[in-house]
Amino acid sequence: MLDGYALSISDLMRSSSIAAILSLAGMLAVPALADDLPKRVVSMNLCTDQLAMMLAAPGQLLSVSYLATDPRGSAMAEKAKSYQINRGLAEEIYLLRPDLVVAGSFSTRATVDMLKRLDIPVAVFEPAYGLGEVRDRLREMGEVLGREEAANALIADYDYHLGSLLEEAGHRPRAALYYANGYTSGDRTLAGQILFAAGFENVAVEAGYSTGGILPLEVLAMLEPEALITGRRYSGTSRSEEILDHPVVQTLRADGTNGAISDRDWICGTPYVLRAIKELGTLHREMVED
Amino acid sequence: MARLAIGLTAVTVVFFVAALTLGPAPIGPVESLHALIAGDEGPLTLVMREIRLPRATLAVMVGASLGLAGAAMQGYLRNPLAEPGLIGVSGSAALGAVIAIQTGLATSMALGLPAMALIGALVGVTLVMALAGPRGSSLTLILAGIAISALAAALTSLVLNLSPNPFAANEIVFWMMGSLADRSMTHVWIALPFMGVGWAMLATLGRGLDALTLGEDAAGAMGISLKRLRLTLVLGTASVVGAATAVAGAIGFVGLVVPHILRPLVGAQPSRLLWASAICGATMVLAADIAVRLILPERDLKLGVVTAIVGAPLFLHLIYKTRRQLA
Repeated sequence: MLDGYALSISDLMRSSSIAAILSLAGMLAVPALADDLPKRVVSMNLCTDQLAMMLAAPGQLLSVSYLATDPRGSAMAEKAKSYQINRGLAEEIYLLRPDLVVAGSFSTRATVDMLKRLDIPVAVFEPAYGLGEVRDRLREMGEVLGREEAANALIADYDYHLGSLLEEAGHRPRAALYYANGYTSGDRTLAGQILFAAGFENVAVEAGYSTGGILPLEVLAMLEPEALITGRRYSGTSRSEEILDHPVVQTLRADGTNGAISDRDWICGTPYVLRAIKELGTLHREMVED
Repeated sequence: MARLAIGLTAVTVVFFVAALTLGPAPIGPVESLHALIAGDEGPLTLVMREIRLPRATLAVMVGASLGLAGAAMQGYLRNPLAEPGLIGVSGSAALGAVIAIQTGLATSMALGLPAMALIGALVGVTLVMALAGPRGSSLTLILAGIAISALAAALTSLVLNLSPNPFAANEIVFWMMGSLADRSMTHVWIALPFMGVGWAMLATLGRGLDALTLGEDAAGAMGISLKRLRLTLVLGTASVVGAATAVAGAIGFVGLVVPHILRPLVGAQPSRLLWASAICGATMVLAADIAVRLILPERDLKLGVVTAIVGAPLFLHLIYKTRRQLA
């Protein structure tokens, strides 16, 4: 059982075909669902979608949100396509006759309230604000799905791989996370902790940002980060992403190292953050060796 | 009048320097101006030349454009409520700009963005003028403006909602409220040609607008061609408002507040009001932009929020004053 999970996480870090192995492990663990466990689970948030897909027993999870099928934001887009897709509207959720709905605390609040009025059990998940909270979310999802054992196995494995990934940082290059609209993430965010785990110092912390917020461009310029890590562009054009082409950002890019992050591994507190740390760790090693 | 001109210009210069020396990065005024003028390879020069200088320059250009356009429209319609933001010209320009960005025209053609904004503004201003009629009664003017603003805002939202880009949908706030955050010299260069032409056109209106204060017949007797006056006004306004909106979004109330304050100082003479409003409009936008940076630097407060807080009460006051005409 544990071996099964260890294999899956290593696999996860190499490729993204984790899903099949996870559900195989699930089948081995619980051949038939006990009576008091939810059997028709609907998830309506990108992060709960992925947690549920990782932990649910076969047939237990009925539907995930449409965001889970978008490869830009979801690490499990392929796997998500095998479920029914919902857009988080109360009407469609109700018609799925769920016996448990899992939702994020920031998403579709009106829908959640309505579902509660309709006497459908709703489990609301906070977003993960740090690498440690990935563990909490896995445990919570395990509890609501009645899959504690699977959750514990995944947590143990997450801890093991996280420990082996943490960079013994002698020199920590000063890096800035900079996204569309000039948004940055401080040290009390998941992205900030991924950055730190990969061996970087976060310049946003120097500027007094512990959570996320808009970092004025001139403050970024004055901080002179050694590495600039920006979000990957989405298709179509937007004013919001235009800031990544500003002459100041171009100068910073030309002067230092720069990397781009894939939203799918950074947005949600799932074991996929390990892949983000690993990718960023490569950048770190290149910088330190230079 | 020369004293008024010098006084207004001096105030604008003071605000311009203030805009250059104030910002979220704590840099001393002497230090920052030295870095701007002398220049080295350091980050300070980068901040001054690539962030603060374009921002302050655009504030002057946008402010002058909006002040001038407001004064010109009010002179032509002889109505103190005519203002590009309120009557839907800025909103239509924003629609044009959004279409240019979303269709890729803005990136494939150097002046695609301001040109499309100009076309949007032209449609807006033509519609308003046609609906309001030659005398521009307050009621028809405002009603036409509401309808055009609402339609332009709805279509702007629609275009942004249809975009495949997840950030686009949130940009409606920028287009409706305006901002000068993170602009670069590129924006100065794309706006300048259109604004320059528009300023030149609107500046020629002085004599005609002065004559128009005596009535249309008298103006005609003095050799003013009303048709030509109107055409110059429409094209000039569309040009300056289009360019301003393309780079800074729709900023309301500047063209309302500025001429209102200046009218007693220039003896209510439209030709003087034109240049005075241009100078004072620049000061107002500079001041508003300093305010958004000082009050909530991390929140990306929009310029239109500040101008509306100043301008909307005045607008209500003006409606109250002209309510007999409205009834």
